[in-house]
Amino acid sequence: MSVLSEITLRRNPELQLGQKIWQLNWGLVLLVLLLAGIGFAMLYSAASGSWDPWAVRQAIRFGGGLLLMFVVALIDIRFWFRVAYPIYFCALALLGAVEVMGTVGMGAQRWIDLGVMQLQPSELMKIALVMALARYFHGITYADIGRPTYLIVPLLLVGAPALLVLKQPDLGTAGMLLTVGGALFLVAGVRWWKFLLVIAAAGAALPVAWNFLHDYQKNRVMTFLDPESDPLGAGYHILQSKIALGSGGIFGKGFLQGTQSHLNFLPEKQTDFIFTMLAEEWGMVGGLGLLGLYLLVFVYGFAIALRSRSHFGRLLAMGLTVNLFLYVFINIAMVMGLLPVVGVPLPLVSYGGTVMLATLIGLGLLLSVSIHRDLRIPRRGPRED
Amino acid sequence: MQKVRHEEQMRHRSFTRRTLLLGGGMSLMLAALTGRMYVLQVEQSDRFAMLAEDNRINLRLLPPLRGRILDRFGAPVAANRQNYRVLLVSEQARDLDAALDRLADILPLTAADRARIHREVARKRNFVPVTVAENLTWDQVGAVEVNAPDLPGVSIDVGQIRTYPYGGAMSHVLGYVGAVSEKDLTGDPVLELPGFRVGKNGIERLHDERLRGEAGTSHVEVNAYGRVIRELRREEGTPGQDVVLTLDAGLQNYVHQRLMGERSASAVVMDTANGDVLAMASVPSYDPDVFTHRISSAEWRRLTEDPLGPLSNKSIAGIYAPGSTFKMLVALAALEQGIDPDFRVWCPGHYTLGNHRFHCWKRPGHGWMDMHDAIVQSCDVYFYDVARKLGVDRIAEMSERFALGLPTGIDLPGERGGVIPTRAWKLANIGEPWQGGETLVTSIGQGFVLTTPLQLAVMTARLVNGGRAVTPRMTRGFKLSGAGDEPLVAPAPDMRIGGPELEIMRVAMDAVVNGRRGTARGSKITEEGWEMGGKTGTSQVRRITKAERAAGVIKNEDLPWRRRDHGLFVGYAPISDPRYAVSIVVEHGGGGSSAAAPIAKDILLEAQRRDPLGTSPLPLVARSGDQA
Repeated sequence: MSVLSEITLRRNPELQLGQKIWQLNWGLVLLVLLLAGIGFAMLYSAASGSWDPWAVRQAIRFGGGLLLMFVVALIDIRFWFRVAYPIYFCALALLGAVEVMGTVGMGAQRWIDLGVMQLQPSELMKIALVMALARYFHGITYADIGRPTYLIVPLLLVGAPALLVLKQPDLGTAGMLLTVGGALFLVAGVRWWKFLLVIAAAGAALPVAWNFLHDYQKNRVMTFLDPESDPLGAGYHILQSKIALGSGGIFGKGFLQGTQSHLNFLPEKQTDFIFTMLAEEWGMVGGLGLLGLYLLVFVYGFAIALRSRSHFGRLLAMGLTVNLFLYVFINIAMVMGLLPVVGVPLPLVSYGGTVMLATLIGLGLLLSVSIHRDLRIPRRGPRED
Repeated sequence: MQKVRHEEQMRHRSFTRRTLLLGGGMSLMLAALTGRMYVLQVEQSDRFAMLAEDNRINLRLLPPLRGRILDRFGAPVAANRQNYRVLLVSEQARDLDAALDRLADILPLTAADRARIHREVARKRNFVPVTVAENLTWDQVGAVEVNAPDLPGVSIDVGQIRTYPYGGAMSHVLGYVGAVSEKDLTGDPVLELPGFRVGKNGIERLHDERLRGEAGTSHVEVNAYGRVIRELRREEGTPGQDVVLTLDAGLQNYVHQRLMGERSASAVVMDTANGDVLAMASVPSYDPDVFTHRISSAEWRRLTEDPLGPLSNKSIAGIYAPGSTFKMLVALAALEQGIDPDFRVWCPGHYTLGNHRFHCWKRPGHGWMDMHDAIVQSCDVYFYDVARKLGVDRIAEMSERFALGLPTGIDLPGERGGVIPTRAWKLANIGEPWQGGETLVTSIGQGFVLTTPLQLAVMTARLVNGGRAVTPRMTRGFKLSGAGDEPLVAPAPDMRIGGPELEIMRVAMDAVVNGRRGTARGSKITEEGWEMGGKTGTSQVRRITKAERAAGVIKNEDLPWRRRDHGLFVGYAPISDPRYAVSIVVEHGGGGSSAAAPIAKDILLEAQRRDPLGTSPLPLVARSGDQA
């Protein structure tokens, strides 16, 4: 980016389409392509050296998703500001609809069958919540944040979907929604003591929440606390994952050579446990390499957030980055036995349609914040004319 | 406006500060992941690598090939043949009943077979093969192969199964192989392989560990469900060693065939010089192949409940009163006590001791008898008289020197001893003092005396080989070689009986067959160039009552079979240089001259014709411990 164009842009934040494309954060796009490429390779390996059944479908979805990402990126951020609430309520409605007409899969009610694809509204909610919170905090002053009454609305915005998701039940997504919400409360400037109060209250509510958990969820948590207690039952997944990962060593067993994953000791290797497979075949070098790529994505996210002129853009970028970070952290911590097994995939790498779509939409929004970083948005929103 | 700008700056500054704080927190979390990765993949990677191997490597045992059993010339008498089995993997067959229906067109499949297959399929995991049928003929194998496209999941598998080319002729010596029972388990894991078989009797049992060999191992990679993916490493086991017997399979087969004319009989042929058993057979026998497959309970009951005892090796486990074949030992004891061979006894047909009268088998009596005549004509009265002079303990002492009444120590399981009575023996076992009359009864091999056919053969060999105490053996060695020296067997110890005394016995036995008045003259070998000597014996199974004697002894043929006399014969050949010793017992066959001697004649004639001792046997590698 030349100094000249910087000046030009400062003068005129309203961009033409060509300029917008020029302004795209191509470094981030390259990272996305790299991560997806690693994903294809691992899915190829998961099928024992075959493009079928996972790698090909994943690639097709990625192609579609990538287009969508660009479209989302090029749309004016003021549009996203305007539709933030409608999108949030749509997502909330869909979550409610899951309760009524959702497809039961793997012991949980998470999907809506759209015929063409299985939609998982909780994935959309992760983005919608960030958008809604960003819009809300954008609209109130720094002083307002200090007033408790102004926190009622955002707490409801977080609480409503979290409860619905918890009921599905999806412990991982509920946790992510609460954490992303918390992160946004933090960066929006909620006073420290209130923040700590909420955390303390949540801690106090933990025993109550425990009773709302399903038996299998309690089991998972118990198993997590003592994985060796039930090596063939609930602890089997995590034990096998650790064996596969640990046996990979520093340099791994080589591409397509992962014995544990290929011999089916590793369950769900193409989805939640794909990092295990990568770490088995490519060792710690591969694992750290992937982690490094994600780290770069987060750095881009932070940079975009810090450089945005609008508070909405800043909060949106931060929320999306934290959201992405949580996917990565929870997934990897989970397969290494640091967190209980909750169904959180590795973004761009794990096999799965909705997650891929949601991730790319999120990245599209991040790119949109990046492109439109110099746009100012009035507190009450852009005028409609 | 100013206020708004200030407000905006505050908000921005707070955001920046807290964002960097959040970034710091996230960095710590990523550092934690990295640390965990280091712990798992570097510090503990050896442990996990081991667990991973355990996960995927499965050790499977490969059953070793069982060693063969060979006769003295190397002819296999127990071998292995290919056993073609039909296996079915239910997972691939999908419709089990349809697959079995199609197989039933090719193979005989009973309803019981189908029920068993269904049971096994239900019990095993669906990728584990189930045996549908065993022992397929070549035609059946071909038919299954041709129809393979219509038989998904069906495959032919080749295993090894024991086979006995001589069938029942050798079964008593060889024993058989059968499924491993609880008491066979020694901790050797190969014994726990399904379908593994161990030696159950005879040579198969005696040398089982040597014949068994050592199991190989196959390291196979298995997936999480235990399905074999591929073989990683294979270590072939050590096949079992071959066992070389002293038997001549041809002679053995002949002896068995010859005995088959009798209901129950046994015969042993031995090398007089070293105790090598050249043939050992008894009838009835059984087909050892029936044990190799699953024996039916009906078949098992038939074999075990048969009063003729087809499972019993009568040559070593049948005990019989030796009858007159015992008389040479009484004579030897007499000679040793200084009784002159020319000492004569008058035989009026009976002998009186106290108020009891003991009869000679020849009612009118033999007249004057010396030792030679007494043996040749088997005069009882002569031996009554001599025995009374000797006492039973001297007779027992001589019999024991000839290996009677005790196990000979032959290398076969299940040998029985028998009884040679003494005063002390009777007191200890019956609790009564010895009666003088019992000495008389003992002297003609009746009463308490019980011996096995093998003991009688050993006795004969020792009588005619110049008084060397040979012991019988069945195993010559274990390994074949292309050439080399015969492992040396220590020469049998001298029995310290004078040559002239033994010569008297041999000459008398010659005359039993070849003399004008010998009891076995009817069995003289008339073929030019061949000859034999021997001694007949007849042992009573029942006590003849006074009333019966008064009414005239009932002829054997008129008695029920169970109560007829046993016919015995011990013999040797050739006369000038005895090399073959033989003993024959025909249970309830009547007199030794009529029932046993003709069999001995045929067997000794065949032995001399075949000349197994004149033909050099299979060379063996000397065993360690076989030093000259």
